[in-house]
Amino acid sequence: MSDDVVAPVENGAPATHEPPARDITDGGPEMVQFLDAEGQRLPLNEANSPYAEYLDDVDDEQLRSLYRDLVLVRRVDAEGHALQRQGELGLWPSLLGQEAAQVGAGRAMRPQDYAFPGYREHGVAWCKGVDPINLLGMFRGVNHGGWDSNENNFHLYTIVIGNQMLHASGYALGVQKDGLVGTGDPERDTAVMAFTGDGGTAQGDYNEALVFASVAHSPVVFFVQNNHWAISEPNEKQFTIPPYQRARGFGLPGVRVDGNDVLASLAVTRAALDRARSGGGPTLIEAFTYRMGAHTTSDDPTKYRIAAEVDVWKKKDPIDRLRKHLDSKGLADQEWLEAIDAEADELALRIRRECQQMPNPPHEEMFDQVYVDHHPLVERERQEFMAYQASFEED
Amino acid sequence: MSASTGAAPQKMTIAKALNAGMRTAMEDDPKVVLLGEDIGKLGGVFRITEGLQKDFGEDRVLDTPLAESGIMGTAVGLALRGYRPVVEIQFDGFVYPAFDQIISQVSKMHYRSLGHLRLPMVIRIPYGGGIGAVEHHSESNEAYFAHTAGLRVVTCSSAEDAYWMMQQAIASDDPVVFYEPKRRYHERGEVELGEDAPHGLHDAVVRAEGTDVTLLAYGPMVKTAMIAAQAAEAEGRSVEVVDLRSLSPLDVPTILASVEKTGRAVVAHEAQTFLGMGAELAALIQHEAFYHLEAPVIRVGGYNIPYPPSRHEEVFLPDLDRVLDAVDRSLAY
Repeated sequence: MSDDVVAPVENGAPATHEPPARDITDGGPEMVQFLDAEGQRLPLNEANSPYAEYLDDVDDEQLRSLYRDLVLVRRVDAEGHALQRQGELGLWPSLLGQEAAQVGAGRAMRPQDYAFPGYREHGVAWCKGVDPINLLGMFRGVNHGGWDSNENNFHLYTIVIGNQMLHASGYALGVQKDGLVGTGDPERDTAVMAFTGDGGTAQGDYNEALVFASVAHSPVVFFVQNNHWAISEPNEKQFTIPPYQRARGFGLPGVRVDGNDVLASLAVTRAALDRARSGGGPTLIEAFTYRMGAHTTSDDPTKYRIAAEVDVWKKKDPIDRLRKHLDSKGLADQEWLEAIDAEADELALRIRRECQQMPNPPHEEMFDQVYVDHHPLVERERQEFMAYQASFEED
Repeated sequence: MSASTGAAPQKMTIAKALNAGMRTAMEDDPKVVLLGEDIGKLGGVFRITEGLQKDFGEDRVLDTPLAESGIMGTAVGLALRGYRPVVEIQFDGFVYPAFDQIISQVSKMHYRSLGHLRLPMVIRIPYGGGIGAVEHHSESNEAYFAHTAGLRVVTCSSAEDAYWMMQQAIASDDPVVFYEPKRRYHERGEVELGEDAPHGLHDAVVRAEGTDVTLLAYGPMVKTAMIAAQAAEAEGRSVEVVDLRSLSPLDVPTILASVEKTGRAVVAHEAQTFLGMGAELAALIQHEAFYHLEAPVIRVGGYNIPYPPSRHEEVFLPDLDRVLDAVDRSLAY
């Protein structure tokens, strides 16, 4: 899946293999981590100990199901990428490398918690129970999203960077007004999550959302996946203080988590959601991760980043890491791993088939749902359009 | 809260009528919440929300941080959660930070969700000039929003419309941009506080009947148009004044019926004429009523310059003389 990322470009300078001038692979001592790159469970330290209790219930079965989610999500993503390359989709934004950040966050959410994604949150969608085929429609051009957000409490993808952050703080304000914060009932207390990337942190809406949520003490968790690249622009073009540190300036706690460690992402998000649901207010999580692929299928990262950087992050792969961990616990026998892979292949096959069979919508449907109530101009143009189309049929 | 209970007509200002309309809507539906800058204790810089926070609480009348995109995006989130937010933009020229949210999100949410989601919200904007204000406080930017599919755009010109249209806008399941004619806020008028609104939210209304020329106006220009019609009458010219009230959608049948009767149309608005409402109306009328026309549609509006310093505004804004001049030019054909 990532092959095209590190391969030399066809019509540009070949990728260089000089080491990166800056170390963007080290999240620093404040970063919460439970698994090292070799899949070993780290001892408790100052950064991770406040979150350890949130992993108490993660038994062997949960570990295996987290692994399954990571593999299936990566397979869904690879299929989206392939379908674009084969002309079935117009575009695909890959989440490659960010699976653990998203699955950890997504699995931390309860059904009543509402998620506001950007457009790369295929892993969160998966955890919220959205059928991956639904994600493909907008990239195939048959709709602009179209799934019922209220079915899984997963909002439509938002393409204008940062817009959704405010929707999350507003939705969380509504949750407060509904009296669904701090009741003590785990089935009712509700939190909201907003997802964006490092580039999103520069947007006005992002900053305003933090202000609004902070002032209103709203039950919202802002989850920034710092994948280090906003298309071609690295972190230093977006901020001088990293997002988790900036959070304090807004009056909310910020925590940096190893976004390639699914256990860390799960624990930290669970803690933040608990805090939000119980009336503790908003939290900002910066998941320190890496965009292994291109920004989208239209992008060519060999023009702006060096392959050595990608190579370093390959060694931090979130799936390898968890597999090694499972292995060390004797939980990853070959038969089970093969069964997961087979399930992933089956899922990919279904997505491929359903994508190819996704019908083009009848053109007159483009006039539907512009307004809830009757709008004479839309109706008039619909009629004119249909009459015009019909004029060809009569010939 | 007596406003909604009495049945006898009451005399009140447009400002008070807007307030009463919001009050009634808030009484009728606990999901109606107001958001804006300084709308709580202060009652807004124009006092349109005066007393509402005191009576309905801070939970329903929210003083927000000073960030218009933030207000708009927050309102979107509230609407997605089932609330009916009424957003106050403090002045016309301050809506632009929220432009992205309005265009990219508010107008498109129902469409892009294939009808699964609704944003029943009202965006209140005091607009127009004539109050001697500093820059950014006198603009008429209605065409931007009327141009955008997915939004409804209305404006009131009387206390009665202010009262009823506000309630209708809040009851609408589509997002409504509600333009308030700020220089007419303190004009008084009779308001029937009965059970039924006298007109639909998107109806144009003939304010003065006439036979020689149709004068199309809305918001603050309706009063100017009515005075112009009276002045013309004194000179033996019969001007029909149509108050558009709704800029999107347009009440096409009412507009065409008038123009087909008079054979002439003049459009008057404060906004710059280039690509403004007048341009759309002229296109509509020439296309739909071509064989009824005795004269080209004439526009009278703001000049195509930025809103000028207020010492110029008496000549920048279309006044009685400029409207009558346009009527004369139409009748000269």
